[in-house]
Amino acid sequence: MFYVSMFFQYVSQYMKTRLQYRADFFMEILSDLLNQVVNLVFILVVFGHTQFLSGWSREEIIFIYGFFLIPFALFSAFFNIWDFNDRYIVKGEMDRILTRPIHSLFQVILERIELEALFGVVTGLIIIFYSGISLDLQLAWYDPILFIIFALGGALAYAAIFVAIASIGFWSDAKTSIMPMMYNIGNYGRYPVDIYNKVIRFVLTWVLPFAFVGVYPASYFLRKEEWYAYAFATPVIGVSFFVISVFIWNQGVKRYRGAGN
Amino acid sequence: MGKYLAMIRMRFLMMLAYRTDYYTGILIYSINIGAYYFLWNAIYGEKSSIEGLSSMQMTTYVAVAWMARAFYFNNIDREIATEIKDGKVAIEMIRPYNYLGMKTMQGLGEGIFRFFFFSIPGMLLVAFIFPIELPHEPATWGMFGISLLFSFIINTQINLLTGITTFFLYNNAGLIRAKRVIIDLFSGLLLPISFYPVWAQEVMKYLPFQGISYVPSMIFTNGYSSGEIAMALLQQLIWCIILIIPIQLLWIVAKKQLIIQGG
Repeated sequence: MFYVSMFFQYVSQYMKTRLQYRADFFMEILSDLLNQVVNLVFILVVFGHTQFLSGWSREEIIFIYGFFLIPFALFSAFFNIWDFNDRYIVKGEMDRILTRPIHSLFQVILERIELEALFGVVTGLIIIFYSGISLDLQLAWYDPILFIIFALGGALAYAAIFVAIASIGFWSDAKTSIMPMMYNIGNYGRYPVDIYNKVIRFVLTWVLPFAFVGVYPASYFLRKEEWYAYAFATPVIGVSFFVISVFIWNQGVKRYRGAGN
Repeated sequence: MGKYLAMIRMRFLMMLAYRTDYYTGILIYSINIGAYYFLWNAIYGEKSSIEGLSSMQMTTYVAVAWMARAFYFNNIDREIATEIKDGKVAIEMIRPYNYLGMKTMQGLGEGIFRFFFFSIPGMLLVAFIFPIELPHEPATWGMFGISLLFSFIINTQINLLTGITTFFLYNNAGLIRAKRVIIDLFSGLLLPISFYPVWAQEVMKYLPFQGISYVPSMIFTNGYSSGEIAMALLQQLIWCIILIIPIQLLWIVAKKQLIIQGG
């Protein structure tokens, strides 16, 4: 309960500071939107030259992209920890975090929330509905529930990767730019994995499970039965990777010695 | 002139001091090139060519477009924005050089550094991993070089314009991000301009963006005839000149209504 109330207090505080620079706040949302439009334009233009992408039609690819946006939005809103090493370890801010009464990872997440990213959920839903209708997809009564579970699973998978990498900072203080690299690898998950070669497909499934953010869960709603096993593994992968990453984080915190004075 | 050369040199040396950051940069670009490589392979499927580009040319296009980006890309818009917000710009403006000229030179120093330590090794790495065809004619390399210089100038001019808007908007992080996305799309980095529907191509003809990435990449992949190369280079040159006008105008207005926020 304490965690929940802390969460809402931080959220309200965040809204106050963000609405101070209102123009910029909307500009941020707009530029996110623009980014999504660019990715859609890419898909549309590409399909002006081909009918199928390894057997996936234009609407299916758009659906996958729309689905991807939702876990990605959840992840970006709450796991904005790509600069954790610079911001907390190098500057010694982690000392302050450890004096707080809530779990250190939760505290960091609260301080770094970026709620405007949640707008991606709206765009994602619009895209999904648009492509779902043009594909004439049928919904079972339990599909919305599965949808939420898969979206959360995907977001957790994404978060797990970034938490695990942020934890590296506890062991080595070498300045790493692995984080931006991960964002770029994450883009691989937006397209069907069968366009990649075997090694990349394996990595995207079992090492850096980005495929569970986009194509795997989306294939359930697209009724691609050959991928069902992967689709239903989404929440399992999400939760288990996340548990492992929190474990790594906790181990890292034990090792944390502070930064100088 | 000497002071501007010194600026280029200083920025180059500064980048050299932090060069390890760039090794991961090369990896990031290679990852992006890889993503597009697989994507384009799937798009080409059985087709031997789309819009006059073979699948091999397309891979080359993607590779050279990204590696050229390492040269022309810079963050001087963000730097200008920070200097305005911190109030540092007041001191910069009383110094005996042209502020915008100095920023351009810093960008050039950064570009030259990245060209040697990022683009060239990156291109070698990428050529090693993916099937890429490098141009055979020395003249093509020469034209590519000239066109790349123009693309640096056009991109830098657009960055200056974006940076100057901070004088009016105070906080323009969103605008800077939006500009970056627009350039990625309209410059031909993600998609060759010739792939767009005809109406979109018509519109883009009247915009400066394709001079940033499309022109040098097309020259490099032998996608242009020699007549087209001449036209494209001329177009780039014209944009370099035209863009000076809005920059100067905005700069004059900006100086008049400058408010230093602290500093």
